[in-house]
Amino acid sequence: MNDKVLIILSHTENLAKVREFIHQNALNAGFSEDKIMDITLAVDEAVTNIIKHSYSFDPNGEIKLEIEVNNGEFNIIITDKGKSFDPTSVPEPDIRKYQREHRVGGFGLYLMKKFMDEVIYTSIPNNYNRVKLKKKIH
Amino acid sequence: MSDFNSSIIDYDKIQIIKLKGYLDAHTAPLLEENFTELISKNKFNIIVNFKDLNYISSAGLGVFMAYIEKIRENKGDIKLTEMNEKVYNIFDLLGFPLLYEIFESDEQAIKKFSETKSE
Repeated sequence: MNDKVLIILSHTENLAKVREFIHQNALNAGFSEDKIMDITLAVDEAVTNIIKHSYSFDPNGEIKLEIEVNNGEFNIIITDKGKSFDPTSVPEPDIRKYQREHRVGGFGLYLMKKFMDEVIYTSIPNNYNRVKLKKKIH
Repeated sequence: MSDFNSSIIDYDKIQIIKLKGYLDAHTAPLLEENFTELISKNKFNIIVNFKDLNYISSAGLGVFMAYIEKIRENKGDIKLTEMNEKVYNIFDLLGFPLLYEIFESDEQAIKKFSETKSE
């Protein structure tokens, strides 16, 4: 088993496993505990979005996480085979507006962008969705 | 392992929900149950204590958004206490301090509830 790859089913129960996987790899890459928590949260948000939007909470979907470390950069590549979605169209959250509209979501992508250097979505309809999260190792 | 639990302490007319562990999309429904239970018993003065909460994701934050209006319509409030710096930072990034009062201790939040009541 390659410890730089994790494949899980799309169930929220597996989020703890995802966090553990990211924690270990980010630690190996040399990040501080503080940064590790930021990266872990960003990946948790990405996987939660996939479970919710790509697989609509169907617990049988596959989610693959891969770690790449090169040129001083720590990359997490997350691939799923669920429905295509374009989260980059989500506007920045406005908490007062959210309250008026009784919205309870929409914070995830904002946190991902805040805590990572780059968040890149690719979607090939009827094939796969991929999100790449990048963070420089200082 | 994802571990999260919460307990509710009855403090006169105020309920204190104490959170522990990891609050994510998997465990957020447990906190929703706490709020639903308190609302069904017409208990609207709620303090949420974060002292033993290690982690929160947006799914956890969403729980607070889901119930705040209902609680304020009933002249109650959700006040938040004893967050560690990391957890506070996430609330702060998303603008939660605009909507929620955050205190360093339960005592301060209790005091605020009693002041509001006597106004």
